[in-house]
Amino acid sequence: MVDLSVDCGGIRLANPVMPASGTFASELADIIELQRLGAFVTKTVTPGKRQGNPTPRVSEVPGGMLNSIGIPSKGVDAFIAETIPLYAGFDVPLVVSISADTPDGFADICRRVSVSGVAAVEVNISCPNIEDDGRAFAMRPETTLAVMRKLRQATDLPLWAKLTPNTGEIPAVAQAAEEGGADALVVANTILAMSVDIRTRRASLGRVMGGLSGPAIKPIILRMAYQCVRAVQIPVIGCGGIMTAADALEYLIVGCRAVQVGTATFVHPGAMLTVIDGLEDYCRQNGIARIADLTGTLSAEAHDASLEWEAIA
Amino acid sequence: MQATTLPLPSQTPLARPRAGEFDARIVSNEPVNAEYRLMTVAVPDGAAEARPGQFFQILCPHSGALQPFFRRPMSIYRIDPAAGQLSFLYKVTGTGTRTMAELEAGDTINLFGPLGNGFTLPENGAPIVLLGRGVGLATMAPLVPFARKAGHAVTAILSARTPELVMSEAEFVGAGASVLAVTDSEGTSAVENVEDMLHALHAEGRLGALYVCGSNRLMLAAQRVARRLGLFGEAALEQQMACGVGMCFCCVRPFRQGDEIVHRRVCSEGPVFPLLEALEW
Repeated sequence: MVDLSVDCGGIRLANPVMPASGTFASELADIIELQRLGAFVTKTVTPGKRQGNPTPRVSEVPGGMLNSIGIPSKGVDAFIAETIPLYAGFDVPLVVSISADTPDGFADICRRVSVSGVAAVEVNISCPNIEDDGRAFAMRPETTLAVMRKLRQATDLPLWAKLTPNTGEIPAVAQAAEEGGADALVVANTILAMSVDIRTRRASLGRVMGGLSGPAIKPIILRMAYQCVRAVQIPVIGCGGIMTAADALEYLIVGCRAVQVGTATFVHPGAMLTVIDGLEDYCRQNGIARIADLTGTLSAEAHDASLEWEAIA
Repeated sequence: MQATTLPLPSQTPLARPRAGEFDARIVSNEPVNAEYRLMTVAVPDGAAEARPGQFFQILCPHSGALQPFFRRPMSIYRIDPAAGQLSFLYKVTGTGTRTMAELEAGDTINLFGPLGNGFTLPENGAPIVLLGRGVGLATMAPLVPFARKAGHAVTAILSARTPELVMSEAEFVGAGASVLAVTDSEGTSAVENVEDMLHALHAEGRLGALYVCGSNRLMLAAQRVARRLGLFGEAALEQQMACGVGMCFCCVRPFRQGDEIVHRRVCSEGPVFPLLEALEW
């Protein structure tokens, strides 16, 4: 029997697999066994109502998708009244994702969602689709530190900072989030990107630029997760292009404590459950009693050149 | 001409089948004309209980350089619970449908569904009219046998560019609909003409509820007629989708709700919507 449980950013998860924000909703309960997930992570909620961005909001690219949804939101009051109770019947930790335009706005909504039934708050300081020209708090260490300090004062719940890959200084941003009081990092949000329909010469997305997700981004985000693991003491949750248990294992091996699965669920609604099953199989086959022991086991052993030539021959 | 009451849609006593992901065996996958193909698949128990207007998310295979990432939402063209089969009528246009077109009888294809809300029928046994163009005809085709079984007379107005491209006339007639074809090349498909036809059908007692799919202009015409005559109606809409179950909010369209314009998700709040609430696109 493999122990899949992990301690992650102030809460205990029955297993290290949870949805990425924006790719999960209670509608999934009709389709998969939600009780099996390590945690629930809600779609980002904002203080007031938001309509979201113009359509098309989605476009397919090789190995992934572009999205520019723009966080349509029914506002925090409706979220607390209607959405949080939907998950009351499950014995799974509920992580609420929040966003706001200013540090004070972030602190205010964080205070308001810190209610019974919520296990942790994920702070989306990284959405490329709402800030001007794809900018977000987590692009720079200074703005990350400022917003995290405000958030830390606003709640006693564990705070997970969701970082953006659209920065050239991910280790410094990770350290700023930790210094500001984050209990865990989610690495990462989508990569700012675009595509063009050559028949119409229009951008594929109504908002022109959007976020790239899916297997195409996995090697980039995996590298960033590895950098973050080396930069901070708090747990890192890997999130980027995980389609299979093998992808999730790579994130755990480089040092992530848990993983989030997002775009894969759009293709295979049962993807998260398949990943959980695959992690358990891997541990059993490799004699690993606790999956937590796998975290950060990246081998530093020198590559055996002769074997590698055989492998590619 | 002003009606005072609107007939209410009846709620089907059938529970909506639970959506699932499964592999289906392809029974046939043949061209029906220069642009469209018809794929029939054998599905597990229950899946063939889908309602007209519902859709499946089809996982199109990868083939050489063609590597579709998302599933493709496809409305159900034919529902045959007795044989345990479903059919999809699709236009071969992009990456996904091109790889679908390469599949042969005996191959398997992964489906996720049935998804979304299907059509509802008026309670009073009123005669209904279906109005469709292009791939919209595929969405409405299974409504014919469904409505006939429930005791409704059905008239279908099929719109196309040319008479050769009028699809599914036999399918509609075979299921018990009277068919009126209108085409661009014959100059009969203009919305003014279609509106006149609808008024004539109403005068003959053949139009008690109105269903539309596949054309913005036809939907607007149907809305004008339904408003004028106080008719119940529904519109089946399309939008680019990702998840298909309401999680991602990619597939929204604008709707009129009281004095407000609201966004609704085509996948989970539709794809069938109250006719008068849908806004043009």
